Amino acid sequence: MIGGARIMALLIVVMGLASPAFAVQPNEILDDPALEQRARSISAELRCMVCQNQSIDDSDAELARDLRVLVRERLVSGDTDEQVYDYVVSRYGEFVLLRPRLSIQTLALWAAPILVMGAGIAAIATFLRNRDPLQAGPTLTEGEEKAIADLLKERSNRS
Amino acid sequence: MIVELGHYALIIAFATALVQSVLPVVGARRGDQSLMAIGDTSAIVSFLLVLLSFCALTYAYVVSDFSVQNVYENSHSLKPMIYKISGVWGNHEGSMLLWILILVFFSALVAFFGRNLPKSLRANVLAVQGWITTAFLLFVLQTSNPFARIVPTPMEGRDLNPILQDIGLAIHPPLLYLGYVGFSICFSFAVAALIEGRIDAAWARWVRPWTLTAWIFLTGGIAMGSYWAYYELGWGGWWFWDPVENASFMPWLAGTALLHSALVMEKREALKIWTILLAIITFSLSLLGTFLVRSGVLTSVHTFASDPSRGVFILAILVVFIGGAFGLFALRATSLKSGGLFQPISREGGLVLNNLFLTTATATVLIGTLYPLLLETVTGEKISVGPPFFNLTFGPLMIPLLLAVPFGPLLAWKRGDLLGAAQRLYVAAGLALLAGLIVVYFTTGAPVLAALALAIGFFVMFGAVTDLALRAGVGKVSAGIAMRRLAGLPRSAFGGAMAHFGLGVMVIGIVAVTAFETEAVAEMAPGETIDAGGYTLRFDSMDPNQGPNYVEDVGHFTVLRNGAEISRMDSAKRVYTARQMPTTEAGILTRGFSQLYVSLGDFVTPEGAEAPTAIVVRVWWKPQVTLIWIGSVIMAFGGLISLSDRRLRVGAPKPHRQRKAGGPVMEPAE
Repeated sequence: MIGGARIMALLIVVMGLASPAFAVQPNEILDDPALEQRARSISAELRCMVCQNQSIDDSDAELARDLRVLVRERLVSGDTDEQVYDYVVSRYGEFVLLRPRLSIQTLALWAAPILVMGAGIAAIATFLRNRDPLQAGPTLTEGEEKAIADLLKERSNRS
Repeated sequence: MIVELGHYALIIAFATALVQSVLPVVGARRGDQSLMAIGDTSAIVSFLLVLLSFCALTYAYVVSDFSVQNVYENSHSLKPMIYKISGVWGNHEGSMLLWILILVFFSALVAFFGRNLPKSLRANVLAVQGWITTAFLLFVLQTSNPFARIVPTPMEGRDLNPILQDIGLAIHPPLLYLGYVGFSICFSFAVAALIEGRIDAAWARWVRPWTLTAWIFLTGGIAMGSYWAYYELGWGGWWFWDPVENASFMPWLAGTALLHSALVMEKREALKIWTILLAIITFSLSLLGTFLVRSGVLTSVHTFASDPSRGVFILAILVVFIGGAFGLFALRATSLKSGGLFQPISREGGLVLNNLFLTTATATVLIGTLYPLLLETVTGEKISVGPPFFNLTFGPLMIPLLLAVPFGPLLAWKRGDLLGAAQRLYVAAGLALLAGLIVVYFTTGAPVLAALALAIGFFVMFGAVTDLALRAGVGKVSAGIAMRRLAGLPRSAFGGAMAHFGLGVMVIGIVAVTAFETEAVAEMAPGETIDAGGYTLRFDSMDPNQGPNYVEDVGHFTVLRNGAEISRMDSAKRVYTARQMPTTEAGILTRGFSQLYVSLGDFVTPEGAEAPTAIVVRVWWKPQVTLIWIGSVIMAFGGLISLSDRRLRVGAPKPHRQRKAGGPVMEPAE
């Protein structure tokens, strides 16, 4: 095997390729681990605007990189998470948020699981209630109860 | 010539499907045996014709006939043979043809194996299959003809999207379609039952093997797709809540609910209406998935609007079939008499709970997937609904469901004893909690929540074992008798327990990789090392390499643990020459159930330097990640065992066999 750097140089020159970049680049990473952690979790919530369905944390697009750097800049300058989101939304619109905020427009979205679950429970409750009277079945009269008890006693005596 | 023959066969298949759509229904109405029998013949003939057509297209791919537009656009003469063949379904037209091939394959199976079905039911089922076949054949012939020629013939093809040139793609779509399309049989059975206005436990028993078959394939297909995305896309994600994934996940969720509710119907004649509705919903979601993926509506509402021919066609199919089925359901459902009664706390009640959660989860995924489209269409406002939304809504729905899973099989039919079930699960719960704590104890800095989440996974696993142990009478009878009883249990009991066990395994994989994954990223020059998950990777060198239709740079790594060399890994950046498209080929080293995952990034050229001196390397330690797919495979395997149960093959209820000396098997099987 030949040493790495020479080969790499050769490859780059020969093929002239733009290779896919990564998500977070080493040079983007903040020195403060706590701040970097916040930056990562914010990144996972922001959409890469030019990708199909990726967060900027996963995307290798140039625009995603810009947004990652922007998020980190805001965090370093002392913004809270909320302020970062507000700032990004003011620039890119609600579309950038992978978890839509609760608003009139997204009320139905957020309420949907609860509503469906509620409707399901109501349907099941109705179904069960309607069955209840049948469920009990005919009860035995006192005479019948006694007859059964006698039969059982007779049986246990015999054995 | 062969290509034209394929096209011609497809057109004749369309004609045959039309015959299959009409005559059997008329026959069933009039009680005319010979008309009903036409359903069988035409189903088998349709299958052979579509098979011929599919073979013709495959032939065009194999010989690289670039005069066929579809081959020109998706193949390349230098491509390895396996990807030439898998390229047949690596594109819209070809995969639609595969879709139809599988559809008619299932129809032919019903015609072939459905001998024990009442004649009129079989005729109606095949007719409904005929309707679906007709609609999709028309769609392919009208808007997506895979046999179109181009003049003049190009010298070379444009190659298949390199991401799709993978063994995963060769397997994933056929599996997925076998699942997706397999649910068409449940749909056809449901519609046929509504047409006849008669439905009973025998119906549920007939549908069950088809539901199971479709479910097994869909489980396998989704797991396969997940693993493929994991190693191919280069950043080690295994589920993205991508709309395309959701499109296959929704029928799976609904299909899982259907499997469980059909159980109640089969054993107790209850939940008939609901089961019929679920059968319709499940296939409707398959159709919806096809629409979402094919119409381009997901990429953007606008691309859909600018070239709507295909999208509108599938939308029309969707509206006609779903609308028609629901209409028929509304008309006929009330006339279906429901049967068996049960208490809320009972096996039936448990299965109803299962359905409640699975249906809510399905609805959540459905609404989350469609909401941005609807909102944009109505208000023009664009929003995104991504993984954070689904994790937040879907996750909490699964926790109570998982906790309930071990209880279900321990409850008796009609009237169960929750306290009794809980007492019998003490051991499983205690062990599960202990196991969760032990794992977390040995993993420094792990959150307490992770211990609980792991314990849930263990609880589901141990619960499944408890179920089998109780059925065999472990602890109450001698070991020999218990073993014999265990061997005497119906296979469906094993299958069910195994599927639940697999679910628990999968949960553990998901929790472990989510909670304990570690990641390191660095610019590395040859000779440098990087640490992840207790392993040290030394970057040795970089080599160029030439593949059949790509060039790549391969990074060589040595894996060290405590200073000792344990393995070597290669990770590559590849460029497919025909499309000049770069891909990453991650290096993966499996250690136990865990994996070390290495991906290469950009070359780094310091300022002033002429050549790059380093490369960005990203390493992940993914603890227990393979359990996610192993769990899915166990689930699918459980389904397979259940499918092999004798009663399903026999088809109709039979009187009990002579009981064996080993002690009676009292528990009804799943």
